[in-house]
Amino acid sequence: MDFGLSEDQQMLEETVRSFLRDQVPITRVRDIRDACDKDRENGCPNDRAIWSQLAELGVTGILVPESQGGSALAPLDAAIVAQSLGYAATPTPFVTSGVMVPVALTHLGGSEAEGWLSGIAGGEITFGVAVTEAFSVREEAGVNLAGGQISGKAMMAMDTLNADFILVMLGAGKLAVIRADAAGLTKNRLITTDVTRCTAELILDGVATEIVYDDAADPIKRMFEVGRIVLAADTFGACESMIEQSVRYAQERKQFDRAIGSFQAVKHMCAEMIADLEPARSLIWYAAHSCVAMPEETPLMACHALAHISEIGREIASVSTQVHGGIGWTDEQNLHFWFKRIGAARHMLGGPEYLRRCAAELQGLAAAS
Amino acid sequence: MDLEFGQQYEDFRQEVKHFVENNKPKKPAQGSLGTLETRSALVDWLSLQIEHGYWARTIPKEYGGFGAEPDLLQTVIMDEEFNKAGIPRGMSAQGPSMLVPTLLEHGSEEQRKAYIGKTMRGEIMWCQGYSEPGSGSDLASLQTAGTDDGDDILINGQKIWTSSADKSEMIFILVRTEPDAKKHAGISYILAPMDTPGIEVQPLRTMSGNLGENSFNQVFFTDARVPKTNIVGKRGEGWKIANTTLKHERNSLNSNGEGSMVRLMKLMTREKVNGVTAMDSPILRDRLMALQGRVLAMKHHSMRMLTCSLKDESPGVAGLIAKLQNCQLNFDMSALAIDVMGELGGLYDHTKYERDRGYWQTHSFLSLGLIIGGGTAQIQKNIISERGLGMPREPKPAKA
Repeated sequence: MDFGLSEDQQMLEETVRSFLRDQVPITRVRDIRDACDKDRENGCPNDRAIWSQLAELGVTGILVPESQGGSALAPLDAAIVAQSLGYAATPTPFVTSGVMVPVALTHLGGSEAEGWLSGIAGGEITFGVAVTEAFSVREEAGVNLAGGQISGKAMMAMDTLNADFILVMLGAGKLAVIRADAAGLTKNRLITTDVTRCTAELILDGVATEIVYDDAADPIKRMFEVGRIVLAADTFGACESMIEQSVRYAQERKQFDRAIGSFQAVKHMCAEMIADLEPARSLIWYAAHSCVAMPEETPLMACHALAHISEIGREIASVSTQVHGGIGWTDEQNLHFWFKRIGAARHMLGGPEYLRRCAAELQGLAAAS
Repeated sequence: MDLEFGQQYEDFRQEVKHFVENNKPKKPAQGSLGTLETRSALVDWLSLQIEHGYWARTIPKEYGGFGAEPDLLQTVIMDEEFNKAGIPRGMSAQGPSMLVPTLLEHGSEEQRKAYIGKTMRGEIMWCQGYSEPGSGSDLASLQTAGTDDGDDILINGQKIWTSSADKSEMIFILVRTEPDAKKHAGISYILAPMDTPGIEVQPLRTMSGNLGENSFNQVFFTDARVPKTNIVGKRGEGWKIANTTLKHERNSLNSNGEGSMVRLMKLMTREKVNGVTAMDSPILRDRLMALQGRVLAMKHHSMRMLTCSLKDESPGVAGLIAKLQNCQLNFDMSALAIDVMGELGGLYDHTKYERDRGYWQTHSFLSLGLIIGGGTAQIQKNIISERGLGMPREPKPAKA
């Protein structure tokens, strides 16, 4: 019985965290943001140099099989990486290219998938993902396949703007891969509050597919489960950082001749935040571990892990900012990078209400929708 | 990460299961505390559990225990299997959970021999005399006086929030014996029989009304004479000793609500309004699922804390939050249950149409009581932020 991280996992965490501390401090995130601001059409925060460096650390291939040059580790290891990326608010397509796509492609198999997987592990390619319509259809979005070509519209596609390929969800348990520079594909950048992630709408007009996977229901299910757990870990890491910044600030900042952290009004805010956050760590780790050890529990745990951290995360993002007072509301203080990252994650792979509905359905407490 | 217990523990689990199945009928009826005579069924039941090592397991044989080496996983397994069967393991009371660990750590040989075995067997019931009307969160300011009188201590003062004082044979009490010493250094930890002349119990009716087993009281001391041999540890060290006891209390006020979650789901599947079950209300169901997420988080949190204990690692701030979180979670679950019952949610005391025999109303009152008792939520937040996060203490007001 050991509910915790192995020595290897602790080392992995320390490796990623120290790399991000040295190479991707928040000042670099800010520079990336400023560059994106200057390019309204195509600005994308997913710095490929960071992706290559993560590949050198073995992070991009963490879920890629060894035969494709990856390290074939488990979702818990991916969650630890995501926690560190969230902690540093790092702009990188890890949840998509590093997790969702490898999970789907590994399950699907085949020579094309193997080629892409080794490109991901090596850091040479990235994937965007267009799956929002699986859980939320707005603006009459949706794509369809006819004569081997895809047409339609996909909203809120993730990490597509400077990607090499895009994984597109078709209706009824089908997936397709298209080239990100394919003829007939228009990628319209959608500017979001979260400046650490890349979002676009895809307009597809007879786009040729690299491959269509007709029988992909299980890989899709798995991709969402692991994706949600890892996204939850990202939000967890962001919350961890916000609380640490708040505690530090409350110890330094003086008002009424006292450190504001000595006022119960302020220290109780910090106590409430950490008391909410710590159990979420255990829920996320358990959900990630279940993928390997208790797969029958994973669907429910994935829903609860993401729904739960999304609720806690919004509160922590708000309260941390309040601990900082007026300065927390400024661009200069940097807190907003995490605040917005947490806010965007809340709806990236299904919001809490949707996920709780799924949780009820999985337990037979609600009719399947 | 490895959540398997291993073969040796699975074997132990089978033993426990076997015992539980075979002995379930011997469980005494609830509410059998009364006097020692009417309590005999409970005493027999606890003695049987001790004999098989499922209660008082790690207490040395010479003090009436089973004498096994401490093994946390065995404790977890015993709790799980007894819970599954819906029968209590041992007895949830302040004697076994708070006094006995304190005596094992600080008591004299005579005290251990006299009290531990009888307490574990249910032959002596204990109540706790800590809080006073003027000393709640600031417990160390307590004023109940213990004056030196030859071989005895004479106790005068008043204690409050004393659970089950009317059914207890003994009380463990904090008394100021060194009035000239500093606040924390003037307190002694004393054991007193409740039939000592000068000790008087008055019931204190709470918001839950008459709770029978869970009675609440005030205890008055007027020249109550107790021999000095009843002091636990040294005179003036009571505060330090009590803190060990409080640590035991915080660990025991800790239900993560799994049982209540099962009950709540059943209620919502059953309860209908306008012909529709509560589970089919998207709003109520969403609240249920949000609570289930919190229950799961606390359940896995306790596994993480268990691992820290097994490895003898400090869990840091994560080890300080369970009481705060679980008490609120339990209150929130009862709040949803009462909302599910709607306008019937106020029915109480076994009146017509009452649901679940009033469990949720009682649960609501008791969990609110536990948010306050054993260190209020606000005191917990001070502990979490100061000891857990290293935030500065509130400066003491300047003396006038």
